[in-house]
Amino acid sequence: MKDKKKERRFMRLKEFWRRLKKSKMAMFGLVILSLLVAIAIFASVIAPYSYSEQHLENKNMKPNSEHIFGCDDLGRDIFTRVIYGSRISLSVGFIAVGIAVVFGGLLGAVAGYFGGVTDNIIMRSMDILLAVPQILLAISISAALGTGLVNLMIAVGISSIPQYARIMRASVLTVKDQEYIEATHAAGATHLHTIIRHIIPNCFAPIIVQATLGVAFAILTAAGLSFIGLGLDPEVPEWGAMLAGGRQYIRDFPHITFFPGLAIMITIFALNVLGDGFRDALDPKLRD
Amino acid sequence: MPDKLLEVKHLKKYFKTKKGPLRAVDDVSFSIGKGETLGLVGESGCGKSTCGRAIIRLNDPNSGEVLFEGKNILDFHRRADLRRMKQEMQIVFQDPYSSLNPRLNTQDLIADPLVINKIGSNKEEIRQKVLEAMDMVGLEKRLLDAYPHELDGGRRQRIGIARALVLNPKFIVMDEPVSALDVSIQAQILNLLSELQDDLGLTYLFIAHNLSVVKHISDRIAVMYLGKIVEVANYRDIFIEPLHPYSQALLSAIPIPKRHIKRERIILEGDVPSPVNPPDGCRFCGRCRMAMPICSETSPELKDMGNGHKVACHLYDDKPAETTKPAENTKSADGK
Repeated sequence: MKDKKKERRFMRLKEFWRRLKKSKMAMFGLVILSLLVAIAIFASVIAPYSYSEQHLENKNMKPNSEHIFGCDDLGRDIFTRVIYGSRISLSVGFIAVGIAVVFGGLLGAVAGYFGGVTDNIIMRSMDILLAVPQILLAISISAALGTGLVNLMIAVGISSIPQYARIMRASVLTVKDQEYIEATHAAGATHLHTIIRHIIPNCFAPIIVQATLGVAFAILTAAGLSFIGLGLDPEVPEWGAMLAGGRQYIRDFPHITFFPGLAIMITIFALNVLGDGFRDALDPKLRD
Repeated sequence: MPDKLLEVKHLKKYFKTKKGPLRAVDDVSFSIGKGETLGLVGESGCGKSTCGRAIIRLNDPNSGEVLFEGKNILDFHRRADLRRMKQEMQIVFQDPYSSLNPRLNTQDLIADPLVINKIGSNKEEIRQKVLEAMDMVGLEKRLLDAYPHELDGGRRQRIGIARALVLNPKFIVMDEPVSALDVSIQAQILNLLSELQDDLGLTYLFIAHNLSVVKHISDRIAVMYLGKIVEVANYRDIFIEPLHPYSQALLSAIPIPKRHIKRERIILEGDVPSPVNPPDGCRFCGRCRMAMPICSETSPELKDMGNGHKVACHLYDDKPAETTKPAENTKSADGK
């Protein structure tokens, strides 16, 4: 019986995989993202140098056979720093979005399901958060919390909660009037059972899509915060901080900003095409 | 009529709108005997579905009484009472496409009421009950893992019926269970419902707008118009001798599948008045061809004309307990 259930879950996953495979762009994004994750995990093996060691004699060195991405203004190897940067960017991206999905999703589900006063209280506070531009909100939260990796994640996460709350609420509103929700009431279901078993699974597709795209945005926001000096210490190899550091040399030594910028761009591109693929594969209405 | 299983008294369900209360169900009373099927017919928007849903408390009525086995279920407030009541009174929905959660397969769909009511201690027991229910409604065992989108309308509706049956209810509200299906499948499902009723001793409130469907399955038929019941009778009586002018008009709309037999078709004029602002007196008086001055003044009460045939019409005010044909009755309304 247990095996059977496992098998069924596996079948569902296989079906999803079959549909995702059809989209070449999504597979391309998935390959790039897997590569990035692998790079982040094995950073210490791949990286040829230490990310913090300074060799001032290599200051602003152009890319060559020894330092394939060149060196920055303090003589640190850019290739190494870009590789270590993937660790920070990816973890900030995924954890910040995780925070936003859990809290935003719950708030949105509760607001949409119960409606009325509850809905008004939750969604008006979300509106207040939305009224402030997201980047500004992240700036003020991280300015209040101080620098550091965890605070950066929290700042980026909180600032994107309203989006997820809105998406969740909108899809709960369309789902909750379906007859199958009424059928659970007819069987005497509690609100908790109805929300968890029937509403959330049917609202999850738009959230997953938004989350994949949201990781890209979170990485950009984190990079932006680091760029203006509110994210992480300059010591830490974060892509945004590296952009900030190389900015003043951009005319003479563009390679210092080029490579971290390229890394950000590739990551975000991969996440975006993967998000589109997820949307197509998860939508039961598009099922053949 | 056998023992009463369900008795509805003065049921009212108003919805709040900006223009005032929308009287979807306005003072409706009827009763259903054990093992009986009461067909509830009327045009779209007359409140028949709302009435069915109010009885099982899917949307709570504003006032009235619903006596189920002698107890007024509208007085139930404790969760345990409500649970027990909901296990005994189930509903089958109209649209088999929107009434099944697309993310659950057959097994999980049918097992869901069991999980909700914590019936069945282990998975094997639940599975057994699900298989039993599937067998009862004629679903093959191989469909256990199928998702709704893989099934046709008839099979989906069978899942909907199995989901209602799995709790062993005594009473089921059939909310137009066949109107979304193909005609050939309608017949299958109707036969299934009759068989289930005979085997399990079920009682149905069968809501429909198609008179031929209702005729096939009902013991008695109630005709509803704009939130009120205008006529209740044994199914034979209402087809042979409808008393209320509205019932006569409805019945004259059934096509007769024979050549050379022509029926006088009663065409109703005008539109159904708004249930937010219904006319004084009889709700039907604006469209009734027999309307009298009194009709627009006082609302007629349901009156027994003998043999359990009740009608709410002023035409019968001075003819107590005697079945008399109205002057312009249609001939051979049954089509035979």
